Amino acid sequence: MSEFIDFAENLIRRALPGSSLKDIFKFNGGVHPAEHKSESTTHPITKLAIPEKLTLPLRQHVGNIPKIKVQVGDYVLKGQMLAEPEGSVSAAIHAPTSGTVTAISDEVIPHPSGLPDMCITLTPDGKESWTELQPVDWRHTDKKALVERLRSSGIVGLGGATFPTHIKLRTNSKSNVHTLVINAAECEPYITCDDMLMRERADEIVKGIEIVQYLLGAEKCMIGIEDNKPVAASVMTKACTISPAITVKVVPTLYPSGDARRLIHLLLGIEIPNDKRSTDVGIQVFNVATVLAIYRFLEFGEPSISRVVTMTGNVAVPQNFEVLFGTPLKSLVAAAGGTRPDTTHFIMGGPMMGFDLPNDLVPITKAANCIIAATPDLFAAPPPAMPCIRCARCADACPVNLQPQELYWFSKSDNFEKARDYNLFDCIECGCCTYVCPSDIPLVQYYRYAKSEIIALDKAKEAADLARERNDFRLARIEREKLERAQKHAERAQAGKAEVKAAEVKDVPAIKPEDIVASKPIDEVPASTDKQAAIVAAIARAKAQKLATTANATEMAAEKSATVLPITTESKTPEAEAAKLKTKQDKQALIAAAIERAKAQKLAAAQAGIAPKNIENVSAAVQAEINETDAIREKAKQAVDTKALESKEPD
Amino acid sequence: MLLISLYIMLGLALVLGLVLGISALVFKVEGDPLVARIDAILPQTQCGQCGYPGCKPYATAIAAGEADINQCPPGGDAGAHALADLMGVEYKPLNAEHGLPKPKSVAFIDEATCIGCTLCIQACPVDAILGAAKHMHTIIASECTGCELCLAPCPVDCITMVPVAENPDNWKWKYPVIPITAVPFNLNTNPLNSTSA
Repeated sequence: MSEFIDFAENLIRRALPGSSLKDIFKFNGGVHPAEHKSESTTHPITKLAIPEKLTLPLRQHVGNIPKIKVQVGDYVLKGQMLAEPEGSVSAAIHAPTSGTVTAISDEVIPHPSGLPDMCITLTPDGKESWTELQPVDWRHTDKKALVERLRSSGIVGLGGATFPTHIKLRTNSKSNVHTLVINAAECEPYITCDDMLMRERADEIVKGIEIVQYLLGAEKCMIGIEDNKPVAASVMTKACTISPAITVKVVPTLYPSGDARRLIHLLLGIEIPNDKRSTDVGIQVFNVATVLAIYRFLEFGEPSISRVVTMTGNVAVPQNFEVLFGTPLKSLVAAAGGTRPDTTHFIMGGPMMGFDLPNDLVPITKAANCIIAATPDLFAAPPPAMPCIRCARCADACPVNLQPQELYWFSKSDNFEKARDYNLFDCIECGCCTYVCPSDIPLVQYYRYAKSEIIALDKAKEAADLARERNDFRLARIEREKLERAQKHAERAQAGKAEVKAAEVKDVPAIKPEDIVASKPIDEVPASTDKQAAIVAAIARAKAQKLATTANATEMAAEKSATVLPITTESKTPEAEAAKLKTKQDKQALIAAAIERAKAQKLAAAQAGIAPKNIENVSAAVQAEINETDAIREKAKQAVDTKALESKEPD
Repeated sequence: MLLISLYIMLGLALVLGLVLGISALVFKVEGDPLVARIDAILPQTQCGQCGYPGCKPYATAIAAGEADINQCPPGGDAGAHALADLMGVEYKPLNAEHGLPKPKSVAFIDEATCIGCTLCIQACPVDAILGAAKHMHTIIASECTGCELCLAPCPVDCITMVPVAENPDNWKWKYPVIPITAVPFNLNTNPLNSTSA
């Protein structure tokens, strides 16, 4: 019956003179679901009383989760910032009323998953005391400063997309937005919040449009309103008379004309390429409620703390309410006179694109434009899906000109790459294909499934790429460190060699500890294949040094023995003195060299225990001692040796 | 005539051979593209469950024909399928010897127990552990691949693997299924009963 009335109304409206349907550029596809809008437009927008508890999810918008600025137990004023935006795509959360923060915990949020997420719970004190508001004279303020201010306003797209508004208002030298499109189509059945807002607050909306026009530098503005909202359209037309740049365009009722790209097509006849944004062709789209929120923020300093929500469906008095964010759904339902019998669950958003809410305790968020109390009569469970009969009705209905039947096959068979190739991500999930499918296949569900699978796969791929990069970097770093160590050792050995050469001229034994210390660790460095060349070179140098030192030692020992020997040998065997002296000297040289080596090893071992800083100081003192003891030892050894030699010689 | 055609063919062969030879030098591909393509499929957990010291060595081994395609539990069945497709070989189910696929987990260090030995830092293949000697360590959760290589070296067993919980961020829409409704059971109308009787 209501469908028939709607149809008749549409007929009459189209027949009326003055409706500007001629300069409308129709898009392909679309459906005409039963509107059910008249139920909730009989009452004006009512302000909902402050509930006992407000639960504010941090995840109320697209982008980064904002950073909490309050603690449990804090007293906050109405409009005070509770969480500040983090990163560029993020929005602030403000206290919808004054009260105390009683919890910061995981609560069930209105999300298709029904999973809990971080929320700030506020217990209102009922005083409604505002924080100090800072209105701005926007006509005389720098645009950049205004956009920066809007960043802390918490305003997001209130049409349901919840994209942070300040990002859409950013302009730079490259951006050239010439046309502002105000989305007031409200194409989805049941929803009337924008309709009521335009009926009641048209003047404020027009002021908001002027602000946005100023910020974007857009000369033209078009307001697109579906022809099923004649009252709103006439009120808006009247309000727009103050500004010649704003025109109201009535578009035919056809779902989904409220989609931004469809609306641009309808109003301007421009099809935006799928890989471009509307701003690339000089068009920016805002929802009416968003524009109003911008006006309220700049003119009065009021941040985004409430919105108009349509409470409709199977409730006693379906109507629109101005609801503080965080208000539990049950308060809203109670204000609408409670549910009528048979209510099974609640749907957030419209019947076409909305999702079922997990319970009636979930809070109203920035995305909640409409809550529908569902009954089996209104929303019959879909009959079991039948096989696809390839009728291609979905393709006719698709407003984005996709091939839904192909996407269905690919999604069903997990052929994600192919689905992506067929532009699955251009699907706006409007549900037209599901609506027209004679086999009752839940097509949109398949697309959502495929989309989230692809997104998850992409994320996994990104994580894998990051892991690969980090692993490669780690391996490279380990290699580099090894190389650096080898190089350092080589350099130290080199420095030691240079010192040896310098000191050789003056005093030989004094430099021994240094070059031993320097050459020693090289033998200890674990050989690694790629650095062997460096190490081999270092070893070669060290060996050369050792050779030099042993040679020195031999000379020294020879000198010593030369001075010492005459005393011991003179009295015994003077006849074989020359021959003996030679053999003795050879042996003594060898022994002396061996002693030197042992000494050096001992010294190195001793020094390994000592802090490297003290090496020089200690070695000088130690060296003197060692030299003394050495001299004594040498004498004793020589004495023993000569005796041994003498005893052997007779045989 | 025969000779002319022979000469033409010979000349063509020479010219083409020259072109091919030059292009082989000019457009030389650095590295093994097959290894890179296999490596792109592997999940990069660097866990070593395949028996190789990382994903790249495993990819190299697959490319060389030394390793099988079913040795990567973190890659799961999908990974084995993808590898089979790429290598043009028959798909094989995962080899249980190398472990079974587990839900994605992230290591977690009990900071009260950690003694700051840095052993786990040295073990981590992706530098996802932060800390210094005698100071407690912590995991950079976003970098952790869940390879479990840090578990074994920890002398105080303060590292545990925490499965990544489902949240609204990583939640996925489910595959559409038709709910099966229970039909009341009736002995008299049960076809099994009637046939047996």
